[in-house]
Amino acid sequence: MATYLEFIQQNEERDGVRFSWNVWPSSRLEATRMVVPLACLLTPLKERLDLPPVQYEPVLCSRPTCKAVLNPLCQVDYRAKLWACNFCFQRNQFPPAYAGISEVNQPAELMPQFSTIEYIVQRGPQTPLIFLYVVDTCLEEEDLQALKESLQMSLSLLPADALVGLITFGRMVQVHELSCEGISKSYVFRGTKDLTAKQIQDMLGLSRPAVPIQQGRPLQTPEQPVISSRFLQPVHKIDMNLTDLLGELQRDPWPVTQGKRPLRSTGVALSIAVGLLEGTFPNTGARIMLFTGGPPTQGPGMVVGDELKTPIRSWHDIEKDNARFMKKATKHYETLANRTAANGHCIDIYACALDQTGLLEMKCCANLTGGHMVMGDSFNTSLFKQTFQRVFNKGFNGEFRMAFGASLDVKTSRELKIAGAIGPCISLNAKGPCVSENELGIGGTSQWKICSLDPSTTLAIYFEVVNQHNAPIPQGGRGAVQFVTQYQHSSTQKRIRVTTIARNWADAQSQLQHIEAAFDQEAAAVLMARLGVYRAESEEGPDVLRWLDRQLIRLCQKFGQYNKDDPNSFRLSESFSLYPQFMFHLRRSPFLQVFNNSPDESSYYRHHFARQDLTQSLIMIQPILYAYSFHGPPEPVLLDSSSILPDRILLMDTFFQIVIYLGETIAQWQKAGYQDMPEYENFKHLLQAPLDDAQEILQTRFPMPRYIHTEHGGSQARFLLSKVNPSQTHNNLYAWGQ
Amino acid sequence: MSVNQQAHTGPPYGQPQPGYQGYQQPAYGGQPLPGVPQSQYGAYNGPMPGYQQPVPPQGYFPSLGFPSKGSPVSLNSDTSSLAPNFIGSLRAPPTSGAPPPASGASLPSGHLAYSQFGHGDVQNGIPTSAAPMQRPPASQPFLPGSAPTPVSQTSTFQQYGPPPASVQQLSNHMAGMTIGSTTASAPPPAGLGYGPPTSVPPVSGSFSTTGSGLYTPYTASQGPPPTSVSQGLPLAQPPFPGQPISTQRLPTQVPGFAPPPSSTGIGPSSYPPTTGAPRPPTMSGPPLPGQTAAGPPASQPNHVSSPPPPATMAGPHPGPHPGPPMSGLHGPPPPTHPPQPGYQMQQNGSFGQVRGPQPNYGGAYPGTPNYGSQPGPPPPPKRLDPDSIPSPIQVIEDDRSNRGSEPFVTGVRGQVPPLVTTNFVVKDQGNASPRYIRCTSYNIPCTSDMAKQSQVPLAAVIKPLATLPPEETLPYLVDHGESGPVRCNRCKAYMCPFMQFIEGGRRFQCCFCSCVTEVPPHYFQHLDHTGKRVDFYDRPELSLGSYEFLATVDYCKNNKFPSPPAFIFMIDVSYNAVKSGLVRLICEELKSLIDFLPREGNMEESAIRVGFVTYNKVLHFYNVKSSLAQPQMMVVSDVADMFVPLLDGFLVNVNESRTVIASLLDQIPEMFADTRETETVFAPVIQAGLEALKAAECAGKLFIFHTSLPIAEAPGKLKNRDDKKLINTDKEKTLFQPQTSFYNNLAKDCVAQGCCVDLFLFPNQYLDVATLGVVTYQTGGSIYKYAYFQLETDQDRFLNDLRRDVQKEVGFDAVMRVRTSTGIRATDFFGAFYMSNTTDVEMAGLDCDKTITVEFKHDDKLSEDSGALLQCALLYTSCAGQRRLRIHNLSLNCCTQLADLYRNCETDTLINYLAKHAYRGVLGSPVKTVRDALINQCAQILACYRKNCASPSSAGQLILPECMKLLPVYLNCVLKSDVLQPGPEVTTDDRAYIRQLVTSMDVAETNVFFYPRLLPLTKAEVDSDSLPAAIRNSEERLSKSDIYLLENGLNIFVWVGVNVQQSLIQNLFGVSSFSQISNALSTLPVLENSFSKKVRSIVDMLQVQRSRNMKLIIVKQEDKLEMLFKHFLVEDKSLSGGASYVDFLCHMHKEIRQLLS
Repeated sequence: MATYLEFIQQNEERDGVRFSWNVWPSSRLEATRMVVPLACLLTPLKERLDLPPVQYEPVLCSRPTCKAVLNPLCQVDYRAKLWACNFCFQRNQFPPAYAGISEVNQPAELMPQFSTIEYIVQRGPQTPLIFLYVVDTCLEEEDLQALKESLQMSLSLLPADALVGLITFGRMVQVHELSCEGISKSYVFRGTKDLTAKQIQDMLGLSRPAVPIQQGRPLQTPEQPVISSRFLQPVHKIDMNLTDLLGELQRDPWPVTQGKRPLRSTGVALSIAVGLLEGTFPNTGARIMLFTGGPPTQGPGMVVGDELKTPIRSWHDIEKDNARFMKKATKHYETLANRTAANGHCIDIYACALDQTGLLEMKCCANLTGGHMVMGDSFNTSLFKQTFQRVFNKGFNGEFRMAFGASLDVKTSRELKIAGAIGPCISLNAKGPCVSENELGIGGTSQWKICSLDPSTTLAIYFEVVNQHNAPIPQGGRGAVQFVTQYQHSSTQKRIRVTTIARNWADAQSQLQHIEAAFDQEAAAVLMARLGVYRAESEEGPDVLRWLDRQLIRLCQKFGQYNKDDPNSFRLSESFSLYPQFMFHLRRSPFLQVFNNSPDESSYYRHHFARQDLTQSLIMIQPILYAYSFHGPPEPVLLDSSSILPDRILLMDTFFQIVIYLGETIAQWQKAGYQDMPEYENFKHLLQAPLDDAQEILQTRFPMPRYIHTEHGGSQARFLLSKVNPSQTHNNLYAWGQ
Repeated sequence: MSVNQQAHTGPPYGQPQPGYQGYQQPAYGGQPLPGVPQSQYGAYNGPMPGYQQPVPPQGYFPSLGFPSKGSPVSLNSDTSSLAPNFIGSLRAPPTSGAPPPASGASLPSGHLAYSQFGHGDVQNGIPTSAAPMQRPPASQPFLPGSAPTPVSQTSTFQQYGPPPASVQQLSNHMAGMTIGSTTASAPPPAGLGYGPPTSVPPVSGSFSTTGSGLYTPYTASQGPPPTSVSQGLPLAQPPFPGQPISTQRLPTQVPGFAPPPSSTGIGPSSYPPTTGAPRPPTMSGPPLPGQTAAGPPASQPNHVSSPPPPATMAGPHPGPHPGPPMSGLHGPPPPTHPPQPGYQMQQNGSFGQVRGPQPNYGGAYPGTPNYGSQPGPPPPPKRLDPDSIPSPIQVIEDDRSNRGSEPFVTGVRGQVPPLVTTNFVVKDQGNASPRYIRCTSYNIPCTSDMAKQSQVPLAAVIKPLATLPPEETLPYLVDHGESGPVRCNRCKAYMCPFMQFIEGGRRFQCCFCSCVTEVPPHYFQHLDHTGKRVDFYDRPELSLGSYEFLATVDYCKNNKFPSPPAFIFMIDVSYNAVKSGLVRLICEELKSLIDFLPREGNMEESAIRVGFVTYNKVLHFYNVKSSLAQPQMMVVSDVADMFVPLLDGFLVNVNESRTVIASLLDQIPEMFADTRETETVFAPVIQAGLEALKAAECAGKLFIFHTSLPIAEAPGKLKNRDDKKLINTDKEKTLFQPQTSFYNNLAKDCVAQGCCVDLFLFPNQYLDVATLGVVTYQTGGSIYKYAYFQLETDQDRFLNDLRRDVQKEVGFDAVMRVRTSTGIRATDFFGAFYMSNTTDVEMAGLDCDKTITVEFKHDDKLSEDSGALLQCALLYTSCAGQRRLRIHNLSLNCCTQLADLYRNCETDTLINYLAKHAYRGVLGSPVKTVRDALINQCAQILACYRKNCASPSSAGQLILPECMKLLPVYLNCVLKSDVLQPGPEVTTDDRAYIRQLVTSMDVAETNVFFYPRLLPLTKAEVDSDSLPAAIRNSEERLSKSDIYLLENGLNIFVWVGVNVQQSLIQNLFGVSSFSQISNALSTLPVLENSFSKKVRSIVDMLQVQRSRNMKLIIVKQEDKLEMLFKHFLVEDKSLSGGASYVDFLCHMHKEIRQLLS
């Protein structure tokens, strides 16, 4: 193990885990003095090409409050066939199947390289994945057409046995029955009235005649498919039907008078979708995919009235408490989101409109259920089309990159407690000995539910060191954390992934340099940022900034070296050197700054920030800027206005946008058409290079970033200019700057 | 009155006429004894009193006048003198009617008649019956009967025919008289009823029997009078007018009959028959002979009461009376003289008898129930002879023959139109056709006091969109341009023929409120020398009683011209409906029916759009947009909060979406073939339709096909609350009230949108028509009910109803206002509509069969000069979406004399009003209260007449105004109807259903509904297209060897007697014997023989006349179904406790007497 950097990287690759501190301060007091909390970013389903799942059940600690999974850190008595739980120290018998183990014949879970291991277990029947399209019909003709095509196309991308359903809405909500032949049949609901799940099921005729359903495991009773099949049908059976149905889909026929918004019943539509699945397929992998082209304008969850003269709430309105529908709507969607999450389903929101669509209010639907949130200008853009297509992307092994109904169980050794998690999850309210009273993020539990996740979904998990200062940990002691993720694989298998990690304890007073050196500033930046964003969501913006500043100051105070009253003497060690820079850009990021962003945009940005892995998160905090010039190979340059030079092409990736910016000279050359001249082929190549790189990024990114190609003085150049550090501005000449 | 006048004028008699007129008026006014005649009579009276005194029946005394008139007069004044006498007598006696005529010989007879009447004979009945029947026979019989007198009598009979002709009139009078007397005689059977005359010869016998022997009657009659209802008087009165004429011929006699001024009214009626019929009758006379035989009995009939007395009377009278009675009726003159003495005698005797009867009355009446029980009505001898009481059949026949031939020209104010049962052509010359408006009286009392005194309700039955026969022209459409119809500035009355143009045509004075309004420049026209506008005949609104205005946008909802209306078909697809094949049937039918939606005049296709909904516990809407390859179904399960799930494609043009609709209708039965859903909703269905119309911003009509009580969880959910125990309790009214006010509110919303609801019900059990029908009722819709619907038997009826209902002319979103000239005011409205204020009748839909009855009350005095005017303005949207105003104007006379009022009444209309009033009453009061109130009101009406208009006569006489002589029989029918007196087999739903049906009925419908038409099929002439002559609704008139048809607008019964010839059965039913006739038949088999064809054509003809397809029921005599059939023999005592006609008449008489004393 050469350096901490390598160690960190290796850990990340193997376990999908990055801790802010890789050597842990051994007492509560010292830990709090470290400023940055002990926390980690966990990517539960991190893609592991080299990790073949094992086909048996994990072995659990027999202590009911522990139930940790047998792992390489456990002490094993091969003779007695006993193992000691490394969390609770309970001694457990191996199950009979393990009778043959010995030091040379170890099961995989005991091998150190399997600190992360995946089990495939047989539990209950396998229910196919479910995709329920909830489609807004209050769209412009072109948009609707494009959306219809996308939806039709998506049918071919779905797993063949997946069940699909269709709900359309406008002024009314229609639940389409897909099984019937001849007359197409749909159930229609008023868009202004919220209905309970029971009402919805009654009205859809889903009230089943007392078929016993074991909780969490729908039985494959013969009736069930019959009941559900009216609205949810296997794709392969009805794709023709559904294609026709989508083809015949008309714009909402109710007249919209001038000066009015169309009446859009998004709230009820979602409610019905949730109720439908709740009644038919509880605790099964299911996606409710909401496609909306505007704000909900009526009924529960309405965000704005139908009068066009009343604009949709802005941050300004919200601050002034002028957003009259916001609280109610938010509450509606939160209730829905919680119900959905409780049933293990997820809600995706695909909102394409030039104006806001109410993502602020609806965000929890995606946030709490792990659904996607996509924001675009129109359904008729490649941004939407490709993003949507990418939802159905398959991984390297031909499996869909989506998993459902996961629950994450975190177990810690005694010196640690769990403070909370931040990410697309909800609490399962599992109290236990390892749950801290202090909450950071979603706390008070050691288990969370992640209704939908993909290999990049990343949670931030915060810990608290509870070891008292006066009870030192013996030298060489290690703290351990185990993450147990149970989920439904896209193949509908039930799987359990177990990751067990351990870190050394260190006395902060005597071994501070060790701790310092083991600081992961990138992870720390993201973890702090998540905390900040989490707070921003619930608190006032400026307070968050102040809090961030204070944390930074305290950190510098703790780990910086300086002479009092001498700014130039300030030094930070290498492992901290980038951290202030991250904080600087974070302060300016749209995650914390709402200026110039609509509430919807803020919600959108924050949504993605709270679920992306470390690399992507860092890009979001501090966009990457590459420079292309004749002076050398492409190089990353400082995100600073000084990097903008006439003879450079800049490629900026902010995660949400990809901006290619041609410097002044380059732009002139291009206008002059040099790239078309054979003798200036190198110029052509220079122009092409950033395009290729951008394409590469576009290929993998979800959601598709907005792709902007601009040049010096172009109006779109603002996207770049707003991000760079304004070290040079037209004000510099005068008196600006400190 | 006018009739009378005509009659008078008609008669050449200078003297008589003047006298007449003078008399009449005074007579009416001062019923006391008119001038001279009176005195004469007076003298008579003297004697009479004597009689009376001896005679117990004091009731008679009143009739004293008669006697006086009778013998003395007649004696004194021969023919010539008679006339005056008559007149005098007429007036004086008016009440007594007959007596005066008797002045001469006739007078006595008349008196006799009267007296007889007094006895309680219902003369009215007789007259009618007598008229037709008697005419012929009478004449002949008479001839034979009494040589001299008889002859004269005969002549009189003949006179009957032509009312104008003095002779006829006489005859009429005679008829009337006889009727009075004869009615009792029930001679009806023998038109001979006149039998009296005929009886003359046999007279003695017959008369005696009748007790009404003309003269004898007097005496005797007096006796009986008390008992007998002396309707005769009124009847007799009618004759009076004719009397003058009669005087000529048989002054004496005629007068006698004619005298009753009241009868005048009748006279006309009776005349006509006489006129037309009389002669022919005479022809038929021959048959009469046979009748003559009957005649005798006939005489009895006259004296309703007589029956009892007759017996006794018969004994004694016969001898003495024979001559007289005959004379009395027919050839009163001769007999009169002799009679007098006899009279006394008779009277005495009769009195005694009379008394007898009276007691009977008392006994019988006291307990209404007793009625029936009392006298076995059947036993002719003991009871009133049914033939002697006023016969509806006779009245109808008379009117038909008198007024059916001439067109009814509406130019004259206050004309009484022919009866609804008469076919006639109307020529609009300034007043609305009676097809649009009929009034209870065409002569309105000038003051409210008078109106109150008479108790005659002032009401108009208005059918604004009535269908006209092809030979009459539809109302013209008038367009007054952008400024809209010209109206009075103050009361907003529309321009009409009664507006007075003044100042050279620059202004007009409103005929309703007298306000002067400027004529708009574009409407200005010069006046001619008579003050008429020059363009009088070019403008319908100036020369016609009915016309239409094109409404401007100001008359439209929201100031927007309406869109064409829509029809929405809403089909119950619950298990019952599907299983019975109903759903398939409806769908099949709709496929073709949608091509026959109503269209405006010359339009090529209907502007009406259609939509489809099916439902059970949830609703299914269908998108049938023409661009779709397949219809789309949209299910709305949120029945708690109904809405329409689609806009575009729900209501479509039939031609554009034909294939999609056809495909839909093909698939609906399949889709629900396996349904197991038995519960239904109802209110949400209406709400859905309402919302659909709202969304489409148009008016329209919902056709709902529903099968069961809506018990599914939804608004308007109902529970089964049927409870037979409530019948005859104070809570009975709740059965007619809706269970919940929800439907009332819904109805209100429907009306606001112009959403009319037609309901087709197919219940297998109670489904609470009272509640389900609320919306239908208040939106002006129709309910059709097919209990225990069976595809095989009921489908034709249902489909015919459906076709008719869909195709018929209908207006939407209608508001009707009735304006009246100052002095009266429309105060109450009956019918299927909604009122949000006190003046505007709002109907979401109004079809050509819907009728509104409007009651008027005085709020000031009216003047005889200006009369009273009605203007009914109906604002509606036509089936093409055009907004229009239909205006009907009617002018009525006003009177200061009650007699005028009674002479211009129309009983059918009156019954229409009374029935509707009573049927509404059951909502708020116990049924018994309603019945009593009804009886009481009619008793008051008749008592008032008796007191103020009829000539003084014995209180024992029942005297009915000619125009109202059918009031008792019809009233009894109303009282016995299922609503007011249900039999055990009548369900609560039936009662509610009928209650609502009747409320929208027009006069013709109520007439036949309450007094069904009974036709002897075996008497039908196979070669002509005419219907056989109807007979009275009584079992005793059915012959075991005949086949009868009875129709009441809802059902047609074919009753087969046990002894019917096999050949007839074979011809009609295609089976060889009586026992093989299946009573499951719902149609008559189509057989190729003339009898079958004839009967089927009769059935078809009847079906066409009615707004609903009637259910055909085959009833075999002595079969269990016969009970049902007998229920409709309304003159008989009913199983549910309803009184027989005879009993009821007695009861009425008692009531009247109580009021008078």
